[in-house]
Amino acid sequence: MMQQWQPVLTIKDLTKIYGGGCPRCLEVTGPEFETNICCHCGAVVACGQVSFELYPAEVLGIVGESGSGKSTVVRLLYFDYDSSGGEIYFHNAAVSANPQVKLPQTDENLLTLNSFQKRQLRHACLGMVYQNPHLGLRMAVSSGGNIAERLIMAGCRHIGQMRGRSADLLAKTEIPVQRLDEPPRNFSGGMRQRVQIAKALSNNPVILFLDEVTTGLDLSVQARVLDLIRQLQSEFHLTVIVVSHDLGVIRLLTSRTMVMKCGRVVESGLTDQILEDPQHPYTQLLVSSQL
Amino acid sequence: MRLNAWLQDHRRVKKSRDYNFAFINEAAKREIRRKILKAVAIPGYQVPFASPELPVARGWGTGGLQLTLSLIGPEDILKVIDQGCDGSVNAVNIKKFVGQVTGVSTTTDTRQATIIQTRHRIPEEAMTRDQILVLQVPFPEALRTVEPSEAETRRMHGEADYSQMWLYLYEDIVKYGEISIGARYPVTVNGRYIMDPSPIPRWDIPKLHLAETLFLFGAGREKRIYAIPPHTRVEPLEFEDEKFRVEDFPGQACQRCGSSATFLDEIIDEASGARTYLCSDTSHCDKILAQQEEKEVRSCK
Repeated sequence: MMQQWQPVLTIKDLTKIYGGGCPRCLEVTGPEFETNICCHCGAVVACGQVSFELYPAEVLGIVGESGSGKSTVVRLLYFDYDSSGGEIYFHNAAVSANPQVKLPQTDENLLTLNSFQKRQLRHACLGMVYQNPHLGLRMAVSSGGNIAERLIMAGCRHIGQMRGRSADLLAKTEIPVQRLDEPPRNFSGGMRQRVQIAKALSNNPVILFLDEVTTGLDLSVQARVLDLIRQLQSEFHLTVIVVSHDLGVIRLLTSRTMVMKCGRVVESGLTDQILEDPQHPYTQLLVSSQL
Repeated sequence: MRLNAWLQDHRRVKKSRDYNFAFINEAAKREIRRKILKAVAIPGYQVPFASPELPVARGWGTGGLQLTLSLIGPEDILKVIDQGCDGSVNAVNIKKFVGQVTGVSTTTDTRQATIIQTRHRIPEEAMTRDQILVLQVPFPEALRTVEPSEAETRRMHGEADYSQMWLYLYEDIVKYGEISIGARYPVTVNGRYIMDPSPIPRWDIPKLHLAETLFLFGAGREKRIYAIPPHTRVEPLEFEDEKFRVEDFPGQACQRCGSSATFLDEIIDEASGARTYLCSDTSHCDKILAQQEEKEVRSCK
């Protein structure tokens, strides 16, 4: 039972700097300077020294204004970008290991893995839903094919099994199974988002990243997508990181929240606490400016 | 004896013409041979090479021609085929060119030849360990159908990230009920690299698997050499419930030799619209025909 209270992911000093960078970049940027641009070299510190732990089956929210580095953090964790510094440890002891894929050791910094190992880890344990479905889906490939792609990456070579699993997942995300062979470009925005969720879930991920999933959808579709995520999270006991600038989404989904500004974490704690009793001036501003 | 005769002849040729034996200069030949060795050492891996100029336009078999010219010696016997046919324009001209610059003898008999250069087919007759098959390749990159970027396909090969190719096959099956690739069917070589076997029909793919012969692939325009050494596993991409299969010609046989166990070309008579079938491998067809005639003659006696 004790094992459950071990973090599944430990992140230490995760940093991403765009541009050359200099030794003083991290000293002269951040919320106290109201900027993430280094005044010495002009580099942009997209996120600087972000540290946190992620526990199994919890939902962590990252909230902040546009350009505060929320998406950068999850995309660094999903290995979409190469980081400029920091450490990520993945404690797969708590996770049932797939015998085909050799996962990194608990004490191995994930950022030092080569691109092949990163990709393997991503396909075995991670799922991602992007704000823009064009990033997560192949628009010209059928929805079933999109989901099958992840299964192929995981080593499945059986058409019948892949189609069965795709149909199951589409049914779970409330997309009519008759549209299995239709490409997502024929679908509405909300449906695309749900296909993306189905694709992200296809390899039974340990950790799911949701990057502004409901932004740009109308309110009724937002509600359905959020309901779906909540339902799937409780069904599969997923560990989820939700990135959003919408405090409503954060309140609805998450149990713990980090507030980011200018590439730094300014406050973190239980979601209720953060929203009811914000301590940092920026968080206070954020909470009070809610419509 | 033959060698001496050739050397004398070659001296004469050299005096009268200003080029080396087999046209390409020795340094360039050595470069190509080194790249061949590398290709053989890493089965299915595309080795870049310099692809020097030849008096033949790129895209007309210069890749195969360079391999042939760098391998050929005065003792060799050359056969060149184009789509299985010994007599088509490309084959005849390449044969003429190599004959002119080396003086080697040429043949149409698959068994006799030591080097066979081919476009789009592998001969029907099983080849031996003493022979080399040189294939002309228009598009060496098997992943080009799914990925336009060269940098990206190299990364995919490097990391053995072939999910895009598999996805392409999945989509094909979903759309058409079966895999619609006719020629250039992707194969996995030695359990590692996915390779484009040049535009040979699916019919010829099984001949690559654990073969006795060395297969060399040369793409002159794209400047790539790759190889399948003898006794190498070559497996076409297939799903557990959708197996690879070769072309079938139900109820059809060659009009000339009556054979139904060879790859057949469909020939449509434009005037009447009638369809007839002929062996694609013409020399094999001739051989069967000759055997049949011999049998008939014997039975008459």
